[in-house]
Order: sequence, then C-alpha cells, then structure tokens
Amino acid sequence: MGKIFKFGQDVDTDQIIASQYIIYPTIDEMKVHTFESLDTEFASQVQPGDYVVASENFGCGSSREQAPTVLKALGVKAVVAKSFARIFYRNAINIGLPVIVCKELYDNVSAGDEMELFMHEGVVRVNGKEYECTKLPAYMQEILDQGGLIASLDRE
Amino acid sequence: MGMTIAEKIIAAAAWEATVKPGDIHTVTLDRLMSNDGTTHLTIDMYKKLKNPRIADISKLVWIMDHNVPCDSVKTAASHKKMRDFAKEHGIKFYEGAGVCHQVMMENHVTSGELIFGADSHTCAYGAVGAFGTGVGCTDYLYAMVTGKSWLLVPETLKFNLTGKLKEGVYARDLILSIIGMIGANGANYMAMEFGGEGLNTLNMSDRISICNLCVEAGAKTALMEVDEIALSYLKEHGREPKHCFKSDEDAHFAKVYDIDLGTIKPIVAKPHFVDSVVDAKVCVGTHIDQAFLGSCNNGRIEDLRVGAELIKGKKVHPLVRFLVVPASAAVYRQALEEGIIDIFMEAGAIVMNPNCSVCWGSCQGVIGEGEVLISTGTRNFKGRAGHKDSFVYLASAATVTASAIKGEITTADLLTV
Repeated sequence: MGKIFKFGQDVDTDQIIASQYIIYPTIDEMKVHTFESLDTEFASQVQPGDYVVASENFGCGSSREQAPTVLKALGVKAVVAKSFARIFYRNAINIGLPVIVCKELYDNVSAGDEMELFMHEGVVRVNGKEYECTKLPAYMQEILDQGGLIASLDRE
Repeated sequence: MGMTIAEKIIAAAAWEATVKPGDIHTVTLDRLMSNDGTTHLTIDMYKKLKNPRIADISKLVWIMDHNVPCDSVKTAASHKKMRDFAKEHGIKFYEGAGVCHQVMMENHVTSGELIFGADSHTCAYGAVGAFGTGVGCTDYLYAMVTGKSWLLVPETLKFNLTGKLKEGVYARDLILSIIGMIGANGANYMAMEFGGEGLNTLNMSDRISICNLCVEAGAKTALMEVDEIALSYLKEHGREPKHCFKSDEDAHFAKVYDIDLGTIKPIVAKPHFVDSVVDAKVCVGTHIDQAFLGSCNNGRIEDLRVGAELIKGKKVHPLVRFLVVPASAAVYRQALEEGIIDIFMEAGAIVMNPNCSVCWGSCQGVIGEGEVLISTGTRNFKGRAGHKDSFVYLASAATVTASAIKGEITTADLLTV
C-alpha cells in the first residue's frame, strides 16, 4: 500500500522539476525540488511506494527525462492519470517508472488515501474499491518488465 | 489506402512499403540532436553501459544553447562534461552558435529525414518536411548506441490553410489560435500536417514558428508539404532534400481542419497554459515588467525586423526591461548588417547573445516573484521564466515589441506615434 499524492490537469514537466534544477549535475541534487511550484512539501513527505494521481495530460511540455527520473528517484511507485502527454509517457516507460491510464480513479479518490496497484491485472484498489486501468501495449510492458530500455542494451 | 507524410517517412525509415497508425516499427534515425538541458545525464548513462558504443558518429549534433554562456558553477560542471565528451568522441558540437533548432535548420535538417532531438520543440523541422520528434535522454542514448529506435505510427491531423494573414497578423498568432482551438492535448500522440494554398503565403520563418509550437498541442511531430519555398531554403543553405513527400489523395486523416488565414487576429496566450488564448485586445492594459523577443519560435531575422520597424525612433518604456535575443549567430550578424541591433540599442533594449534565454527560465533574464513577462518564447507554464509565482504572456514579435514601448500589453496597431 502507498499513499496518494494528487495533482490536477495539464501538469507540465516544469512543475514536476523546474528548469533551474534540471541542469544540476546529479538527480540527487534535483529530486529535492520535485513539484516545488505546486507542493513545497512533496519531496520531503513522499515515501517509497507512494503514488502520484493526476487528471488529463500529465507531463505535458518539455522532453526533460529528469521529470519521471526524479519521481522514480523519490520512490514513487507509479503515476496513475486520466491521460499522459506523449514524451513523458515514453520517457517514464524507458526508465522503468510505471505510468497507468485510469479514467475513473482521479474523481473518486483524495490525497492521502491508501492505494494498491496490481499492474499486470490492470487494477488499482483504493478504499476497498477496485478501478480498471488501461493495460500497456505489450511492447511497452516488456520494456517496463525488463527494467527499462537501457537494460535491454546491456543484454545485447 | 494512401499514406500521410508522417507515415511515408516512418515507412522509409523502417524499410516497409506501407505503415498504418497504431503500428510499432523499428526505425533507423537520420540525425540525433542533443543540447545542454539533458546531455550530461545521457553521458552518465552512456558511461554505465557494459559495452558503450556509438553507431554512427556522423549523425550526432550536440548544441550548447540553454545556459550559454554558463551561469553557475553547477552548470559549468554539466557543460564541461558535455564539451569534453563531444571533443573526445569527435561529435559535431556548437557553442555560442544559437538555439539548437535554429542551428539545426540553418546547418543540418533536410526534407524526408527522421530526426530525434532531446528537446520537445524538435517538431520545428517539419517546416522542411522532416519528421522531428522530441525524446528523453534514454531514448536518445538507445538511438545513439544502436542507430535505431521504436516508433508508434501516429494518426495525422490535417490543417488546410487558405487565404493570407492580414497586415499586422503573424504565423505566431496562427499557431496560438490553432493550439487554443484544439487544446493542450488536442494533438497528443498525433502528427499535425499543414498544407493548402495558404501555405504558399508563409515564408520559412513563419513555417518554423508554426511547426515548432505544435508540441504545445501535444503533437508527436509537425509536417509541411515540401514546396519551392522549402526547396530554395535548403538550396540557400547548401543542402539537397532526401525525400519530398506529400500525403496521398486517399490518405487517412484523423480530422481535417480548414483554416482561412484571413480570419486570424493578434493573439495572446495567458498564464499558465499555452492553450489559454484570447484576442490580444482582451489583454490590452495588462501590467508588464519585462518583454522578451527571441527563442527558437520567434528569434529569426524576420521577427527582429518586425520589432525594429516598430521601435525605430521610439524608446523602451522606462519601467520595462526589453530583452532582444537573436536565435542564432547568423541571425545576429544579419541583424548587425541591417542596422537592426543599433535600432534596438538606441531604443534602450538589452541585446543578448544567441541562447534560449528567459524562454526556459534558468539563465540570464529570469523574472522575480510576482513579475510579469510578455514573451515570444515557447511556453508560459507556471514558473517557466523564473520565480514560481511569476506570470508569462505569449504573443507575436509585434505585440511584444509594442508592449515594451507602451509599458503594458498592447498591440502594434494601438501604438500612437
């Protein structure tokens, strides 16, 4: 079980990690600034295994891979949103951060609720209720199962 | 079933006769652009590979543009990593030459190519009929190592342009109108294709500006038919097209929009979303602290000419800072030759070296808490230009320059002599 951190619609990658931090030499130096403009407490409160839940078009804007990377580095288990912007979605899968499309979840849960994700079944459970998620295309699920795109390079 | 331009480029890169939306193909990339926003992380990952290698060094172009010249000790460490790696491996490298997409358009991109850029505005390359798409550093690294990647074939939205933009209305107003119409995710996962007789009235600068901003509607790429204007641009820059694709008569489009350019008005996108567009007149009188004329979207010579013509013989408002940042060194030199830099300096503008500047909010020119910027940059997200509690309005070069003179948001036609 993990706790839900809830964000709204069109959350862009500048909100996830602002420009002034992405050029820092390491992810560890960046991650403490995650979601700084929207929730100054997020980086200090999120625990490994927690979830980010959002509305439509999560991760729009810049191609900065630092956005999914800082979330993963903070231990976020998955992002569950009504929809994702393309580059963020692809980047998240490439680095092994699960990104799950679930149309119903957002309107039925609150920040702080406890959630459990059953990725291969395509289901999340919150407050005793289950919500169906869209399963990833097989090609992308395979990348995720391998631990990301780079893992496949090392096997070749 | 015929194919769209996007489908034809992917088919050629995948060595397939035909492809259709929803298919995933392994493709060979023609070019790989990366800049100082993420390259330091790509290098870290590269160094951790068990068998680090580069498939074809001649395809790589690395451009230092986001924080140029370097603005802090932390940035210097990231820059040094990128510079040293490029030198060690013999990667084509630019520093001080300008914003990456402008440098790419001037020196590298050609029609029919499939290009990954580690920057979301890579879709600009569609102006010459190249499939440019933004990727993160893991995708970039995979393509750098293998020369290939996987691509989901996108659906295409078609924009049929007719008529001509009115005097005082610019390509920038057109693309902001389109983004407002379809929304910030209106083209998510899709290609945006532009054609029609109206395209003939738009010069290359207009076309780059239009394609560049399509990612703000979520587009995977933007594409334009290759015509005489595109071909002569390539020729002027010493390049030949690879393929000149047009969509087939019976190609499938997810949706077709007919747009009469004559109906477009000056537009402003209000904070904090690019699709929050309104008629610029609605914002007239809005307080500003700073104005910015530059970026890969509107920092070309054509944009500087528009600004210079408006500000010649006038002054920047005493309570406003007006930053003018040519998109490339070539643009800067052309502006010097034409006396445009003199005009801006005479007016009291701050003319800076070519770089991304305040468009990305992490180098010189950032704005403070509560401050307001009017900008020809690409984005107006919360905190995009500096402090998280600051405000960015997006508009054309004309509206930005007119506002810098007036000291509040205004349009060029409202400026009195």
